[in-house]
Amino acid sequence: MSARTSSTQNSAFLALMVALVIMSIGPIFLMLTTSLKLNVDIMSDTSGLLFVPTIRNYETALCNLLWYEPAHVDYCDPTFGRALINSLIVAIVSTALTLVIGCMAAYAIVRFRFMGRDTVSITTLIMRMVPPAVLLVPVFGIWTFQYQIDGTLAGIILVYVAMNLPFVIWILQSFIVQVPIQLEEAARMDGAGPFQTFFLVVLPVIKPGLAAASIFTFRIAWNEYLLANSIADRGSRTVPVTIVNSITEYDIDWGVIMATGMLLAVPPIIFTFVASRQIITGMTAGAVKG
Amino acid sequence: MQTANINRLTPYVFLAPALAVLVFALLYPIGYMVYASFLDWNPSQRIGEAEFIGLRNYINLLGDESFRESFVVTIKFAALVVFLEMLAGVGLALLLDRSIRGMSVLRTVFILPMMIAPIVVGLMWRYMYHPTVGIFNRTLKSMGFEPIPWLSDGSWAFASVVIADVWQWTPFIFILSLAALQSLPSSAIEAAKIDGATGWQQIWHIKLPLMMPVLIVTLLLRLIDAFKVLEVILVLTNGGPGLSTEILALRISRTASEFRELGQAAAMSNVLLIMLLVLTLIMFFYNKIQETRAARLRAAAEGDV
Repeated sequence: MSARTSSTQNSAFLALMVALVIMSIGPIFLMLTTSLKLNVDIMSDTSGLLFVPTIRNYETALCNLLWYEPAHVDYCDPTFGRALINSLIVAIVSTALTLVIGCMAAYAIVRFRFMGRDTVSITTLIMRMVPPAVLLVPVFGIWTFQYQIDGTLAGIILVYVAMNLPFVIWILQSFIVQVPIQLEEAARMDGAGPFQTFFLVVLPVIKPGLAAASIFTFRIAWNEYLLANSIADRGSRTVPVTIVNSITEYDIDWGVIMATGMLLAVPPIIFTFVASRQIITGMTAGAVKG
Repeated sequence: MQTANINRLTPYVFLAPALAVLVFALLYPIGYMVYASFLDWNPSQRIGEAEFIGLRNYINLLGDESFRESFVVTIKFAALVVFLEMLAGVGLALLLDRSIRGMSVLRTVFILPMMIAPIVVGLMWRYMYHPTVGIFNRTLKSMGFEPIPWLSDGSWAFASVVIADVWQWTPFIFILSLAALQSLPSSAIEAAKIDGATGWQQIWHIKLPLMMPVLIVTLLLRLIDAFKVLEVILVLTNGGPGLSTEILALRISRTASEFRELGQAAAMSNVLLIMLLVLTLIMFFYNKIQETRAARLRAAAEGDV
């Protein structure tokens, strides 16, 4: 094989990679540029990349959270700003709760040999299978009439904790198995109780597992639409719910809606660039191990 | 004495919160749904006031034209996207399976479509499919072609939601098959090379057969997920025009919230759930069989040494 064929081959591969990267980011990039355009520029025939970027759409969406009053906003609609706060609360609280509860359960399963690991994998697998649409009817009925937590953020959080728990327990137990038991025995020798051992010895060791689990949980709680929509009322809507509501309107304000979409996309994008390795591990483990 | 007591109780204390959440917010709702599927129940009633009608909701489904339609649409959608994604994902993995610089960048960028909210994915594509300001019709127009009714014509709308799903999920299959490829025993491939096997022969006779277990699990995982898709289609077409893109999940949500027939929606949910349960069980037992086979092979190999 001559040097020349390998170099043309390499540039062909490079071209393919660049094409794939562009295809992958293209739509996201388009959303970003649209969110920075005025509606005049969006509708005009000529504008592609030639426009003056503006943050007006973001100001319109976030008007009730800003410390100043943007001059171009006549009437400030607080829907999106409120939803953003709701989404943050729901995602953060349900991630924290899922991790704490999931951690403790995973620890009990591994150290006290509860159930089998098979039970946990089957539950995880079956939960992965249940479509949110299937939970729609029971969650509506139970949350409204029996628990009476419809319309509350707590109601939404409860659903997300339940949905994510099996996966979190499953991924964390695979990390806890690797914690040397000697470490815990040493702590117990020094007089630590089971809870101290757990919080001070085990948790710090399984940090990478916690990171992976929290990214997956946060992503679902942050992105989910269907069940949030069935539980939430006007005051407790999350961002995905407001986005769907505004897209069914007759006259879509593309600039503003793309700005809201961009704001919803930012946290997952950050996670992807910070922790792509853990995400890939989580994904491949799910497929290869079942 | 007291410590012994604490120790015996500890596992239960650690497990209790998780069990409570799973029982009250997961198992109970699923049982509730099975029960609701035997009721004639609308959202303004408490479940206790609903009339028990036995299997009538299920019998109704058999005669329901539009349910049958969305059943067919769901299967067509799932089969088509999984086929296209496997083709593209595995193909790209085979093509790019070499140590080139930039692979980690590609992998990172490839995860993005899967991490972003499905609602946002729908939003981006709806904008690109826009009849006048969308990038596709703009490009067509500038090249002098007729615009395409991406979301307003039945067949095009179906193609459009398929394209969006392929964009979002091909990377999943690419990443999994690349991982499978790179963990293949290099000895088998080296041996094939020494025997003079061409690139194609290596792929057909060595690589693909060895990857098969992972590929089958990947396919099943993707198939299960394809039956669950809802949000992207909701934002893009909301099931229309007509029923051309109304997948089952969308039909369920519409039956519950628009037609206010909770019992009927629960019966549909059960049908969907049973389909997915079958797929999941197939996957679980396939995995088990593969594991025992791998263990036996390993034992045999060690016996040889």
